Amino acid sequence: MSTLSVQDHGVAHHEEGHEHHHDTFLTKYVFSQDHKMIAKQFLITGITMAVIAMLLSILFRIQLAYPDKAFPLLETLLGRFAPEGRLDPEFYLSLVTIHGTIMVFFVLTAGLSGTFSNLLIPLQVGARDMASPFINMLSYWFFLTACIIMLSSFFIQKGPAGPGWTIYPPLSALPTAMKGSGLGMTLWLVSMVCFVASSLMGGINYVTTVLNMRTKGMDLWKMPLTIWAFFLTAILGVLSFPVLVAGVVLLIFDRSFGTSFYLSDIVVNGQVMPFEGGSPILFQHLFWFLGHPEVYIVIMPAMGISSEVMSVNSRKPIFGYHAMVYSLIGITVLSFIVWGHHMFITGMNPFLGGVFMITTLIIAVPSAVKTFNWLATLWRGNIRFTPAMLFAIGMVSFFISGGLTGIFLGNAALDINLHDTYFVVAHFHLVMGSAAIFGMLAGVYHWFPKMFGRMMDEKLGYLHFWLTFIGAYLVFFPMHFMGLDGVPRRYYAFTEFASMQRWLSVNMFITWAAIMSACAQVAFLYNFIHSIFWGKEATQNPWQANTLEWTAPVERIHGNWPGELPTVYRWPYDYSKPGAEEDFISQITPLSETMSSNLPHDFEDNPAGLEALNTWTNTQKANEEVK
Amino acid sequence: MAFKQIIHSKKVLAFLAVFMLLGTNMLMAQTTATADAAKPGVDWLGVGYYVLLFFLLAISVAVIGKILKVYDLSQQIQGKKGIHWNNIMGVICLVFLVVGMAGAYWDITVQGSMSLPEAASKHGVKIDDMFLTTTIITMIVFVITQILLFVFLFKYRHSDKRRAYFLPHNNTIEKVWTIIPAIVLTVLVIFGFFTWQEVENSTDVKGQPASINIDITGHQFAWELRYAGPDGVLGKKDFRLTAGANKLGIDYKDKNSMDDLQADTLVLPVNKTIRLNIFAQDVIHSVYMPHFRVQQNAVPGLPTFFKFTPTITTEEMRRKVEDPKFEYLLYCNKICGSSHYNMQKVVRVVTEGEYNQWIAKQKPYLTPALRTELKLASADQNKSITNNRLALNN
Ligand code: HEM
Ligand SMILES: [Cu+2]
Ligand SMILES: [Cu+2]
Repeated sequence: MSTLSVQDHGVAHHEEGHEHHHDTFLTKYVFSQDHKMIAKQFLITGITMAVIAMLLSILFRIQLAYPDKAFPLLETLLGRFAPEGRLDPEFYLSLVTIHGTIMVFFVLTAGLSGTFSNLLIPLQVGARDMASPFINMLSYWFFLTACIIMLSSFFIQKGPAGPGWTIYPPLSALPTAMKGSGLGMTLWLVSMVCFVASSLMGGINYVTTVLNMRTKGMDLWKMPLTIWAFFLTAILGVLSFPVLVAGVVLLIFDRSFGTSFYLSDIVVNGQVMPFEGGSPILFQHLFWFLGHPEVYIVIMPAMGISSEVMSVNSRKPIFGYHAMVYSLIGITVLSFIVWGHHMFITGMNPFLGGVFMITTLIIAVPSAVKTFNWLATLWRGNIRFTPAMLFAIGMVSFFISGGLTGIFLGNAALDINLHDTYFVVAHFHLVMGSAAIFGMLAGVYHWFPKMFGRMMDEKLGYLHFWLTFIGAYLVFFPMHFMGLDGVPRRYYAFTEFASMQRWLSVNMFITWAAIMSACAQVAFLYNFIHSIFWGKEATQNPWQANTLEWTAPVERIHGNWPGELPTVYRWPYDYSKPGAEEDFISQITPLSETMSSNLPHDFEDNPAGLEALNTWTNTQKANEEVK
Repeated sequence: MAFKQIIHSKKVLAFLAVFMLLGTNMLMAQTTATADAAKPGVDWLGVGYYVLLFFLLAISVAVIGKILKVYDLSQQIQGKKGIHWNNIMGVICLVFLVVGMAGAYWDITVQGSMSLPEAASKHGVKIDDMFLTTTIITMIVFVITQILLFVFLFKYRHSDKRRAYFLPHNNTIEKVWTIIPAIVLTVLVIFGFFTWQEVENSTDVKGQPASINIDITGHQFAWELRYAGPDGVLGKKDFRLTAGANKLGIDYKDKNSMDDLQADTLVLPVNKTIRLNIFAQDVIHSVYMPHFRVQQNAVPGLPTFFKFTPTITTEEMRRKVEDPKFEYLLYCNKICGSSHYNMQKVVRVVTEGEYNQWIAKQKPYLTPALRTELKLASADQNKSITNNRLALNN
């Protein structure tokens, strides 16, 4: 194996990762240190978790649609959690909590970054593997442990954690306050600590790899937007996840060791508790200091993937590459100073609310720039509708719809009436539940050939896309209006309020739309699993793309490239360049081979090259004249 | 090759027919079964029916897929081009745009009109104005961008004859669409910032009548109200005193506490400034009164407040919404446990005269039973109380 890694360009590449490489089943599929295999592990675990979380959501959607009806089947399936065929109110809250936690952290953080950062960073920057394959492997195993612990809480007496995915104390700190604050909450906290450990190991690896292991010629401004997005996402994660751990550890202390970090002046069921001096708001600050960057940790990889997919399939360079990078950087920086918009009315000082409102609305500017640039990328393109392309487009559509409602919520005065209503649910499901998931699916369809050497079926992909796209809009669009009518989120039933009962028909409609979208995922799962084994064999560069991963052989060998690592000569978006033979020019094609299509722009920091270009054009002109 | 495929798909069709037959059978069986199945128990037939339905759907999708494939292949054998998927997708995009926009319009008119009636408080009107401005701006952006997106998809769908236009960047236009959103957002921010400051401002302006202080305390799963008695001042509280009949932990050493009143309904005089002092005993709750555009969390250990002025009485609102049973409501809007979904209080806005009558009838917290429990001398009550109008709890 070491023969593969001798041509590294002066980059210290550790050999120990390659030594115990006999490719037994265990080292190849289980304790693999190969980034491509780890990516697949993340992906498959992520998809599994997504399916579970989706099924949970269908369960509570049924409750919301038919609050008065008993479903004996539920009792058969869930036992004491659904006595007499109706969900228990506390179990309903547990379902909502676990659904949110799994989707946000396990699917859209680990499943998305874990899969695509692992797969694409080494392949697109031209490295043999991650900076530390061993830590990379550990990252997956911590993630899997976290998943298992989280799911195990369904099998304990009182059921899983129930205070919402944001686990605000005192509700989450007082085991007597609800069933879901008992052992289930402890498991949630332990699972989250494992999860953050996994995230940090992954993140540090991604940052290091991008900074140190780029191949010859791959300077930062030649990196595809995917890599920029993964890189900045990793930085966000590394800086913000530790704060969540701090918050979680203090909560564990409050729960188990009698401290009062978050607790004060508490009387439960007429019983005066000894806690004094703590502040529940402190937890909210710590949580959202991660929580807000977290939503960008979720969306930025989706943005990067969509940018790449849209450029490849419109056969056009991404419009405003630099603006795209700077807006990502802007979002990264700003996302650290907006967390307070989740706390406008929690009792935080109103002046602070005003400040957070200003920073929040500023972050909408880079988001807007990205949207316009995507539109400009499509303009006068030559658009191929691969399933990946459709999902990338869906991501843009959802991002627009969901981002715009962010402008309402970011306005503290408007948030007074919108906070914790279905309006917020609509906002974040469009922008995160839909846009980010679509980015992830775009990535799966696009890089499936790279992962498994086979193609997914396009027609099934179309079916999957349209059903999911329409379904998601049908589910989340009406929720805005429920929110505008003051219908709160996290309500077990709307039967107790005469004013909310008129939304019952809408709730039923939403549930059926959700069931339809869930069924559509079967098309994806079938396609995914079937294609792994029996899909059409992929060619080396099935999408005629420029980036480095398509110069690696289809066989997906350990070390990525046989022989020397590729050298990079140009940016990744030379699509449909005038004068070029084909409508794409790979990053490894030197400019000297494409004289007819070179532009002065290609030589911005290369005077010698510009000189050569000028002489070449002059001779061409002279030749023309001679003719 | 294509021939084989057709035979194959015929098999599938036969399968389909069998399933259809079974399906209708099941359906019939189900209708008869439900007639006499009054006892609870898993309706396996019903479940089976849905599972079957799903299978049928899946199979028909598979069959259609096969047919498409066969058609495609046969076209290719005849030397023609197969199905132009890029065109089909382009057209679907356009259809989606038209139908989607129509749907969104329908949704906004039908369900949008189901949202809250006009604001019933002074500051609420300002919030609604701002909501309208924001809606108009965002709606314009929404319509334009979505139309551009889907029209581009249709217009620039793939064609072998064409090449995309190589356009890596254009600094002018990029500056334009950075600066315009920045300006629009600045306007929204400034507008929003001042409204927010105004809404959250809680100090009584000098010269104006002091606001009416009302304590509201949330606990699992109800709200407790406390009005000031004849002295107009709410007495002190301390959570450590919570015991037995003193469920709010009112401090009766404070003379101001003696006459504080309990109430079941949050009755408010119209056009008077109200200051709700908000407390929680166990976990975080949230006082949410959407008709007044009022929301503020109730946090244990951190007293909060919200100052607002109701402007429309319940009677008037009933006429406006044409619902004689209409009531303003206050409900909990922060997840707080199993009965979070049913933690409400009726709010009634009345004229000042009605308010005075109502409050005269409310009972003090200090019941005779509690008095004996706390061993307080009854003489205390009659001592003169200094009415110093200090704002409490902050
Ligand atoms: C255009 C930029 C955006 C703005 C101005 C914005 C603003 C806001 C605000 C103010 C809230 C708090 C609402 C409340 O609780 O009352 C919120 C909630 C939320 N946002 Fe956004 N947002 C934006 C984009 C995004 C993106 C891109 C994502 C994720 C990919 C996202 C995910 C969320 C989530 C998950 C919540 C709800 C958290 C919860 O309470 O459970 N937002 N957003
Ligand atoms: Cu946020
Ligand atoms: Cu509550």
